[in-house]
Amino acid sequence: MGILSAFLILIMSVAAVFAVHTKDLIGASLLLGFVSLISAILFYLLQAPDVAMAEASIGAALTTAIFIMAVKKTKRFEDE
Amino acid sequence: MNRFNKIFAYSSVFLISLCLLVVFLLAFRAIPFGADTMDVGHFYLEDAAKSTGSANIVTAVVLGFRGFDTLGEVMVLFLGAVGLGLVLSSQKDSTHSPAKTFPSLILKTMADLVFPFIVLFGIYIFMHGHISPGGGFPAGAVLASGYLLLFLSQRGGYHIRLAQRVETGSGLVFVIVGLAGLYFSGFFLHNFLPVGRLGSLYSAGIIPVLYSLIGIKVGAELGGIIYRLFGE
Amino acid sequence: MDLVRSLYYLGAFLLIGIGFYAVLGKKNLIKVIMGLSLIDNGINLLFIAIGYVRHHTAPIITSQISDTSLMVDPVPQALVLTAIVIELSVLALALALAVKVFAVHKTLNLNKIKGLKW
Repeated sequence: MGILSAFLILIMSVAAVFAVHTKDLIGASLLLGFVSLISAILFYLLQAPDVAMAEASIGAALTTAIFIMAVKKTKRFEDE
Repeated sequence: MNRFNKIFAYSSVFLISLCLLVVFLLAFRAIPFGADTMDVGHFYLEDAAKSTGSANIVTAVVLGFRGFDTLGEVMVLFLGAVGLGLVLSSQKDSTHSPAKTFPSLILKTMADLVFPFIVLFGIYIFMHGHISPGGGFPAGAVLASGYLLLFLSQRGGYHIRLAQRVETGSGLVFVIVGLAGLYFSGFFLHNFLPVGRLGSLYSAGIIPVLYSLIGIKVGAELGGIIYRLFGE
Repeated sequence: MDLVRSLYYLGAFLLIGIGFYAVLGKKNLIKVIMGLSLIDNGINLLFIAIGYVRHHTAPIITSQISDTSLMVDPVPQALVLTAIVIELSVLALALALAVKVFAVHKTLNLNKIKGLKW
């Protein structure tokens, strides 16, 4: 189980770095949803099923939807 | 900002973050990962089944031992929703273009078919909050995801007035149940219904009642947030 | 093997650090709000990692598991359950304010918005 969680934490950190670096805001929202999903899996591996269910439904689904709706009302690409 | 200032600013932020990371990692040697450092946790683990009667101990902590904090959280959620409604209420934005793409046939058909099952799943989660993982808050999020599906397939039929009345009514009934606990047993939010058999559906006193109210309230609230952000 | 065991702490602090960098160093308003969301994810992971006890199981009493002395800590899980929901509300309000700022100033660049004041 140590190798699996180490691999997941590595993927999560790389996705977070890419989410901050990219200039496409919709891509950044999807990467944030991916970070929330991996975080939910890590909560399950840490023996916390309540928190995993809450994070998966609230963080991965609703936060991504709210970000995409806010980006849709403003500009998609950040300038310079 | 010229080039030297920019390099200096970015590198100083990076160095400060690195120093904070090193300091935190050194400070966390006092809490080794995987060690048993519970003090209050042991008492809650042993006492939850007898005092509250719920098999899910996290539910017993959230609604039984620390129920007043949950009332505060419901209030903060309500404040956030009210603030969002106030900010976005009078929005005549020129950047909002009408939808250029209409939903396809697959989306419309499957949204009609899947929506009742999503609502049923949400109701199942908050009804069984005291015997299986879940509870009121993920259930409200699942209900709001069902409403999001309705908005995405442009089906209409979401009554915002009814949702607002359901939300405020659930919050009011939550406080009334707490006051009933004050009337019957002398403490606010005290358990005044019978505790019942551990692990059955009709057990744990007022905990399933409270979680049902929270599930309905959070579902209506998040649905209202999505409705306002969609710009209907 | 102590490095692998404490990798959860390292991952949580890395997320907090990346979110901190996004809040301080980015110019787009929505990127700053994304940094707030990353900080929140890192803090929740840190809480649950503190409450984990090795070889213990989830705090739910079923018909097979009824020994409560072999369960992990339930108190951080209750705190994180509250924190996740409140962060959603804060994020929704912040994004509504960002949408309103864009409707008034027609830009989301923080340099240009501050420049209009002086």
